[in-house]
Amino acid sequence: MLYGIFPDLILIIMAASVVLSLIPEQIIVDYLGQGSGIGAIATASLIGSVALIPGFIAFPLAAMLKDAGVSLNVLAVFLTTLMMVGVVTFPVEMKFFGFKATLLRNSLSFVGAIIIGLLMGALL
Amino acid sequence: MKPKSKAYFKFIFIFVIILSTIVAKSMGNTYAALAQMHFKSFFVEMIIFLPLIFILIGLIDFWLPRSVVEPHIGKDSKIIGSFWIILLAMLQAGPLYGAFPVAAILWKKGASVRNIFIYLGAFSTLKIPMLTFETSFLGWKFSLLRTVITLPIFVLIALALEYFLKSSNFSVKEVKL
Repeated sequence: MLYGIFPDLILIIMAASVVLSLIPEQIIVDYLGQGSGIGAIATASLIGSVALIPGFIAFPLAAMLKDAGVSLNVLAVFLTTLMMVGVVTFPVEMKFFGFKATLLRNSLSFVGAIIIGLLMGALL
Repeated sequence: MKPKSKAYFKFIFIFVIILSTIVAKSMGNTYAALAQMHFKSFFVEMIIFLPLIFILIGLIDFWLPRSVVEPHIGKDSKIIGSFWIILLAMLQAGPLYGAFPVAAILWKKGASVRNIFIYLGAFSTLKIPMLTFETSFLGWKFSLLRTVITLPIFVLIALALEYFLKSSNFSVKEVKL
């Protein structure tokens, strides 16, 4: 590698801040609050995978979603994909682990997160 | 594309984002102030955690020789090794990209593929500072259940990755900042 991860990290947090500021929390609440079916779980998993939301925003947001009546499995899928799957940090992860391992880890984590969410919904 | 031109492209992109935010701000757009606020918190998080992580890496590199570490978390290590790895991850904090350099030093010290990915799994889902935060917002029942379900799943993911990456010569590179 001719240069390190610093420019990538700056770029990632810049892009994440712009996206976060363009999508107000209310929109996420509206999107996820529409029910508890497959559609809501799919949306939650996609938002969770792509978004880079730090914990101090994600958990209050999750509590807000819970109060808005979002079902627990949707909530769990959202939080777990947020934690385990990183689409925007893919380029940085790739520098450490290579393309194949990064792709596999993120895909398996995506599937895992959905399983976790469904189990949470069934057990809580 | 050559790496150099790729870096060039990144700097242009960063410049465009800064410029557009400045323009939006001067036009009184509310999103610019919000973006600036988010950037500030991300940046603060980064400059707090990255030095700490590099100190941790330095300490591991200096104090723990490979000959000592490898029997515990290497290829032939037992389940207790994975336990130590999970404990190490749980005691940390910060964003997931901070775990990658630590995974690189663990790899250098002889950690197995399985334990590298168990480390990433535990780091992303079971960090104690994050769990306390989660508990305060979603209740201990939610956190406890999520922890209990997540643990076997990321171990399974690590085992699957170990299996899939067996044939390709996987390695964790040390990337400079």
